[in-house]
Amino acid sequence: MDIFSNLIFGFSVAVSLQNLLYCFIGCLLGTLIGVLPGIGPMATIAMLMPITFALPPIAALIMLAGIYYGAQYGGSTTSILVNLPGETASVVTCIDGYQMARQGRAGPALAIAAIGSFFAGTVCTLIIAMFGPPLAEMALKFNSPEYFVLMLMALIIAALLAHGEMVKSVAMVVLGLLLGCIGTDVDSGWQRFNFNILELTDGIGFVVIAIGVFAVSEIVSNLGDPEERSVFTSNVGTLFPTKDDMKRSTGPILRGTLVGAFFGTLPGTGPAISSFSSYMVEKKMAEDPSRFGSGAIEGVAGPESANNAAAQCAFIPTLTLGVPGSGTMALILGALMIHGIAPGPTVMTQRPDLFWGLIASMWIGNLMLVILNLPLIGMWVALLKVPYRYLFPGIMVFSCIGIYSLNNSPFELYLAAIFGLFGFLWRKLECSPVPLMLGYILGPLMEENLRRAMLISRGDPLVFFTRPISLAFVIATILIIIIMQSPALKRRRKDITG
Amino acid sequence: MKLELRGNKDFWAGMMFFLIGTVAILVARHYPFGSTLRMGPGYFPVVLSGILIAFGLYIMFRGLRKNEKFQGNWSIRALIVLPLSIVIFGIVMELGGFVPALIALIFVSAASGRDFKFIEILLLALILTVSSVAIFIWGLGLPYPLFQEIW
Repeated sequence: MDIFSNLIFGFSVAVSLQNLLYCFIGCLLGTLIGVLPGIGPMATIAMLMPITFALPPIAALIMLAGIYYGAQYGGSTTSILVNLPGETASVVTCIDGYQMARQGRAGPALAIAAIGSFFAGTVCTLIIAMFGPPLAEMALKFNSPEYFVLMLMALIIAALLAHGEMVKSVAMVVLGLLLGCIGTDVDSGWQRFNFNILELTDGIGFVVIAIGVFAVSEIVSNLGDPEERSVFTSNVGTLFPTKDDMKRSTGPILRGTLVGAFFGTLPGTGPAISSFSSYMVEKKMAEDPSRFGSGAIEGVAGPESANNAAAQCAFIPTLTLGVPGSGTMALILGALMIHGIAPGPTVMTQRPDLFWGLIASMWIGNLMLVILNLPLIGMWVALLKVPYRYLFPGIMVFSCIGIYSLNNSPFELYLAAIFGLFGFLWRKLECSPVPLMLGYILGPLMEENLRRAMLISRGDPLVFFTRPISLAFVIATILIIIIMQSPALKRRRKDITG
Repeated sequence: MKLELRGNKDFWAGMMFFLIGTVAILVARHYPFGSTLRMGPGYFPVVLSGILIAFGLYIMFRGLRKNEKFQGNWSIRALIVLPLSIVIFGIVMELGGFVPALIALIFVSAASGRDFKFIEILLLALILTVSSVAIFIWGLGLPYPLFQEIW
């Protein structure tokens, strides 16, 4: 079988001592920061990302993926133990996970979350290996009009699903695209929006924006609104789930994985909608739905599996099409470009070592997370007890060194301070910065593809509707917009994003 | 009417989009616009700015109608001091080197919180500085001088 020989090739790349080490460090660091309450995955990835830039591309990507899973998984631990979701995807886990913790069953809740995540991760590794290559082959037929519409579709869906109101999210996308114009225009060499500042010639590094908007503004906002934390630590209890727990969880894990794999693959949707859908499914299928909300293990098993499946399958559009489906994937796409890899269908043929190595390391990363998390629970719990006033200076240290190391110049730091201010403003105005980040990273690619599309069509904008694949994307986008506007879904969306 | 605007989150969100869009379009109008067939460097920014202005106006007017207020508390102190600590890190890094910059960063950023206890922060600064030097300078080999000689 082709898939298996490819996977074996991937494992031969991933299982070098160096790459295993980076995978381990990534998972450890990601979980370590991700566990800290009040620091979401975006901030975690943004502040740890500069460390990976010095590594060779494969090692960097493997470590980054480790950070990504670690951050996701760390968030679940926090939800179960402290009832503080680090991100929207973990909101659902809080409902029943925290109740379990209060009943002294935090151990089994964490164990089931880990087992479910590992299962979902394994299935999704296979899914990526199976569907990645044919999808990339299909994508090779795409031309500029298709890419432009596909990116537009990803941006619109991301804005629809972002936290906060849709109109403002779309406006944030536009603002992100506009920010992406800063610097030298690739086509003409013209300097745009550089205000005669030499450092802006290459545009603003996306890490600078990400750290400012996600890490710095998060701290400012946490300092203004200190949250109550009560950690249930005295009785994490036995880690081992009972037979009954296992029996109850099997179905939810299987269904959650499917739900997550589906939503993760679609551009724009992601872990948040997956975990929520999975929770709804489990509640509907349960014999006694009233148990949900008061510590039902199904309410942890399903959403956690879905969450992880979606997080992993989100790599499919990113790696095969070069179109990220979520904010975190946009960051990973940006990191790829920094390493000089043009994301898209050609990655698979030109850098098979990178593609298959990454896929193999995804599975290894998932395995490491299970091994890492369950025995180290005590350490994470201890970390949760550290007061915030000791934590945030540490986050600032990591962030500042990371930013400075990008260009060894203080200019980026000044920019990050400005974006920190803006990030806080956006938080208060309830303008989600995630669509902005996506717009910023996709902006230059979209402009390039739009230009080429217009050259192909001799300036006729109808080109997007006359090419079959492009037309299909347009129709799909319109359908999704209509579905998202339906009153029933709007209500649900409110439930997800709170 | 003027009082109505205070804390009206949609009004100010719209205003922000409108202002940024206006500045961008004023700057970008000098760039060659080109045509739809051959887009110049000004095409994409000008069109985007226009869209942003339209969104800004719409959100502003909607805000006037809905008049929803900001939520949560502000910490003006954190809002000023935390970004300042980043700037100070940058300046001290150039003048004094890695170790002084870190210590300045930790002290100033810690001061943006509510309860600042000197001894605690001193200890924290020591631990964080030593571990950062170990991780970043010795471990990852970043080429920064620990101390810069000041002339």
